[in-house]
Amino acid sequence: MTLTERRAATRATAGPRPAPPPRAVAVGVPRLLYVLALVGLALLTLPVLALLVRADWPGVPAAITSPEALSALGLSLRTALAATALCLLLGVPLAVVLARTSTRAADVVRALVTLPLVLPPTVGGIALLYLLGRRGLVGEQLDLLFGIRIPFTTTAVVIAQAFVALPFLVIALEGALRSAGDRYEVVAATLGAGRWTVLRRITLPLAAPGLVSGTVLCFARALGEFGATALFAGNSAGVTRTMPLAIYTAFNGAGVTQDSAVALSLLLVVVAVVILVMARAWKPGGRG
Amino acid sequence: MSDLEARFSVRRGDFELDLALAAAEGEVLAVLGPNGAGKSTLLAVLAGLLRPSAGFVRVGDQVLTDVPVAGRARLVAPEHRAVGLLGQDGLVFPHLTALENVAFGPRSVGVRRAEAARRATGWLDAVGLAGMGARRPAELSGGQRQRVALARALAAEPRVLLLDEPLAALDVGVAPQLRQLLREQVARTGTTTVLVTHDVLDAVVLADRVIVLDGGAVVDEGPTAQVLAAPRDPFTATLAGVNLVVGEARDGGVQAPDGRHVAGREPIDAGGPAAAVFAPSAVAVHTRPPAGASPRNVWRTHVVALEPGQAVIRVRTAGSPEIVADLTPAAVAELGLAPGSEVWLSVKATEVGLHRR
Repeated sequence: MTLTERRAATRATAGPRPAPPPRAVAVGVPRLLYVLALVGLALLTLPVLALLVRADWPGVPAAITSPEALSALGLSLRTALAATALCLLLGVPLAVVLARTSTRAADVVRALVTLPLVLPPTVGGIALLYLLGRRGLVGEQLDLLFGIRIPFTTTAVVIAQAFVALPFLVIALEGALRSAGDRYEVVAATLGAGRWTVLRRITLPLAAPGLVSGTVLCFARALGEFGATALFAGNSAGVTRTMPLAIYTAFNGAGVTQDSAVALSLLLVVVAVVILVMARAWKPGGRG
Repeated sequence: MSDLEARFSVRRGDFELDLALAAAEGEVLAVLGPNGAGKSTLLAVLAGLLRPSAGFVRVGDQVLTDVPVAGRARLVAPEHRAVGLLGQDGLVFPHLTALENVAFGPRSVGVRRAEAARRATGWLDAVGLAGMGARRPAELSGGQRQRVALARALAAEPRVLLLDEPLAALDVGVAPQLRQLLREQVARTGTTTVLVTHDVLDAVVLADRVIVLDGGAVVDEGPTAQVLAAPRDPFTATLAGVNLVVGEARDGGVQAPDGRHVAGREPIDAGGPAAAVFAPSAVAVHTRPPAGASPRNVWRTHVVALEPGQAVIRVRTAGSPEIVADLTPAAVAELGLAPGSEVWLSVKATEVGLHRR
């Protein structure tokens, strides 16, 4: 069959059916990568699956609606929101300044910002105590001069959470600001826009995706914070016992069963998933 | 609208830009020059984005940049200069609609929302984008985006408008319309304009006067038609599509640095710098010494490169300066020309214009 005949034959058999739409052929990835990717996914999801399987489901409703659980959840949400707000207030300026500075000092500051990421949170807690504790560098002065004592208060929880969560916001936002570049800002300035106008109408909207993902990561990290909180804020019910601390307390069986610890964990997982999904659904710049 | 005067120098490592320029109120001044001539640096200084090593920039009766050799420098911030900038990539804000983009300038200086929107609508009409105000940049073509950028720049009512290769990124089919639009709008608003371009057509269509920058200095200057008709610099000549032999006036013609002598229509007096100008189409190419021709204006050389032009092939030949000839593809094939071919060039003296410099 010649090529023309074959073409004619194809046309004949295809008949009036519309030709299938063209489909792009992607360059494949090595097969081994799929295997390793699957193992990675398993590492991330199987533990949560185990939690779901081993949960004492009939006891879950009672466990998560107990006054202790609701108090811990409420405290967690309040403190994590407050910590996120604090991170936005301080982290946005930090990210903007870092992204628009190209000195050696900025490199040093950038390294300092990532410090809480590599520091074990418990060390962070001790460090916060040494700074703001009653015998701390600043804490002693605060106590003497103003009678302010931060450790083992809800404020301490917020500070501990902000300490560990701030790097997530700064890194995500700074990356977005750097990749957006300053070209649009220059144009805005030549159009007569002052610095605040440029920041509000150009810089931050263009970095909105980074700002959103950074805020979500920041909130998620604050919600899950344990180590620094435990050492700096303690574990007092209703004041500093957030969800992670409540789970730890329950798991260590202080009069409660491990089952309620698992139930509380499930609650935290659900809250985290809901937040992540909501953040994904919200697309910046999508307003009409 | 104001006149513009600037005189400054910028030193950056080995590079030095040192120039003086002026544009009258409402005048369009084109700045031509090869890559690396300092064109972008010039615009950055005018826009207040770069502090010169020394010098000043004045618009109307306001000194915007003042860097004395000794003493304190003064620099009006870009947002307070009323100096607009439109580049090759118009940089239309991607997160704002076309209307919001154009209204950005007025809004930034405190015009109320409704009034700014009204003005922006007018500007979109003026650039041929009526009814497209609600579109986002991603929904516009490259040419339409550049129109939005132009409307946005003009809506801010700049005293001086800086255009940095404004048409270079556009399709050849779109550029002419936009060039025409630029001309109309700049003329209509009477905006003093500095246009940086490498496209001689931009200068011809848009500019009243031209300065040619090369190696950080002004090498040619004057009314557009005059500079292009009688270029004094090889770069301008290439731009204008002519051959330019710069040398010394001798024996009624021009003696080039490489020894070649060019005779012209009218002999010129010996002594002093002079230039010979002739079109590439006036250059005949031979593969053996042309017989019977007048011995004047015949040079032996070799082909450096063959470049496709519009309906012709441009033959570049060795020498200082390099001389180019435009031949039909048939002629190139018949002569069997290739890079390295030995050739003789001849130009009739009647085709050569001679200019004192």
